[in-house]
Amino acid sequence: MPPLLKLILIRLGLGLLTLFLVTVVVFIATQALPGDAARSILGKDSTDVARYEALRKELGLDRPVVEQYTSWLGSVVRGDFGNSLVGGGAKVTELLRSRVINSATLVFLAAVISIPISIVIGSLSAIWRDSKFDNIVNIGNLSLAALPEFVIGIVLVLVFATAVFNWLPSVSSVDSMSPLSGQMTLFVLPVVTLVLAVIPYVSRMLRASTVEVLESEYVMMARMKGLSESRVLWHHALPNAIVPTIQVIAINIAWLAGGIVTVEYLFGFPGIGSALVDSVANRDMPVVQALCVLIAAVYVVLNLLADILTILISPRLRTGLR
Amino acid sequence: MSGGSDSSLDSLQPLGTLELEPVESIPLGAKQRREWVQTISDAWRLRRTKVGSLVFLALFAIALFGRFVAPYEPTEFVAPPFSLPSSVAWLGTDFLGRDVLTRVLYGGLSVFVLGIAATVIGIVLGVSLGLVSGYARRWVDESIMRVLDVVLAFPSIVLAMLFVSILGPRLWLIVLMVGISHMPRIARVTRAATVELVARDFVKAAAAVGVPRRRILLYEVLPNISSPLLVEFGLRLTYSIIMIAALSFIGFGMQPPSADWGLMINENRIAITVQPWAVLAPVILIGALTVSTNLMADGLARAMMGIDRDTAVT
Repeated sequence: MPPLLKLILIRLGLGLLTLFLVTVVVFIATQALPGDAARSILGKDSTDVARYEALRKELGLDRPVVEQYTSWLGSVVRGDFGNSLVGGGAKVTELLRSRVINSATLVFLAAVISIPISIVIGSLSAIWRDSKFDNIVNIGNLSLAALPEFVIGIVLVLVFATAVFNWLPSVSSVDSMSPLSGQMTLFVLPVVTLVLAVIPYVSRMLRASTVEVLESEYVMMARMKGLSESRVLWHHALPNAIVPTIQVIAINIAWLAGGIVTVEYLFGFPGIGSALVDSVANRDMPVVQALCVLIAAVYVVLNLLADILTILISPRLRTGLR
Repeated sequence: MSGGSDSSLDSLQPLGTLELEPVESIPLGAKQRREWVQTISDAWRLRRTKVGSLVFLALFAIALFGRFVAPYEPTEFVAPPFSLPSSVAWLGTDFLGRDVLTRVLYGGLSVFVLGIAATVIGIVLGVSLGLVSGYARRWVDESIMRVLDVVLAFPSIVLAMLFVSILGPRLWLIVLMVGISHMPRIARVTRAATVELVARDFVKAAAAVGVPRRRILLYEVLPNISSPLLVEFGLRLTYSIIMIAALSFIGFGMQPPSADWGLMINENRIAITVQPWAVLAPVILIGALTVSTNLMADGLARAMMGIDRDTAVT
């Protein structure tokens, strides 16, 4: 087998193993720990033992844990997360469909906007290293990276949606019936919050890798050949500087899946983040299970893609050298 | 990162091919103990470390001693809900008519205590796993790293919520889960440093004369990775505080009627247009706190890596 293919297959295998372990953790946390779904449906004060036992039986909670897990995993693999425990017991996948689309749009917009900005900021501060620009960016990044997303979001609400300007809606209640394109103003503040939260990480990484590349021998070589500075940058330095940043970009997009929890909650945005807050508060276990598996799977898949992409585009790994 | 057998440990190897380290790179006892002290004093020369530490200490003092100068009790009703700042309540009142200033003065301690506790738990778990993983190698190493990959797959806040869903919002659970979510990254840093150190002669020498493993890890390896761990502590403290505040904000951390900065933001944000101070005061304090810890962490990181060229400007 070619070493490159083998390397990719190993990564794939490890990714699948991680996904499998993720389902085990989610199952243990939601179904094998004390305090079960039947009790949460009936309420804490219910003393009706017969009804409790019947419900446990109906939900399959009376079976051995391993048996419960395998039958649950079987349904999950087929894309079936069961029925919600609240609100009439609709199918979890039906309930979450529009929310997944909303959140995916949110994360997509945040990524598409933040990545080019980060690349420009990161490479410029590497090129103008130790300049005033670099120092301002550095302190700005350091502060932004430290601020919780909901703090950034509240400041944005105060400035743009209430006290100072009052331009934008402070609550993003997206209407799932009408098309998203007509409701773009609702996306502005959540997207800007996420963009501001992502920029520091990606731009700092890009700065570091650009600095490293600019000091490398092949950039020195390109300069000695008499190539123009812009050609050196665009054709030799930046393409190489972006390679190590791919991982950071992938991790950040996956991290957005966690960051949306507080941001969606803050803006009342109907996505998977606010759904997770609601389902945890209501102890709606099937929804919690579905969302946690989904969010962890996004992380695993993105990481896997970044790994494979890095293997494919870095020459040293391509030739099978470790 | 690649493992591989270590040829210099081979007993049949001719003496001439043994690569010896230059003497000056071997840490002496005295240097070992002072490594982290050195990092702190180097970091202190940077302006960002000074600013960060001073703000952090000021906020810590507010959190610790603020309650003794608070004008009211944290659960006392002093004026109608969402009253604007006045001589009765300098920062106005909250959604139940309690004094915002008093609640701000009371509400910081939980953020500090829970944040520091979560960080300590994360460091202890992460360092133990990293040391074992880096020293044991092979399948022990592999399995520890696989398990940590799984933890890494859950964003910290999602991991905490997953366990809160069935066990309920208990403080020990929140602190434990935030600590566990730090574990993978701390373990990786520790492991990388350990792998490098274990290949060094002074550790091999200790192993050769029969020093037990636990002693080698605790007395030879650990003191030599104190600086990266110090940096890691600063970084993780920032994230712990962010997570704890975020969990209180979404309703799974401190529960009413406690005074807590994160919880205050959530309770009062419905009237952000009417009485912004009830939200703004805790927002500013949390923001200042996380920025200050991050400035300290960055100062330490720069001192450790020997980056001091922008001292003049920052």
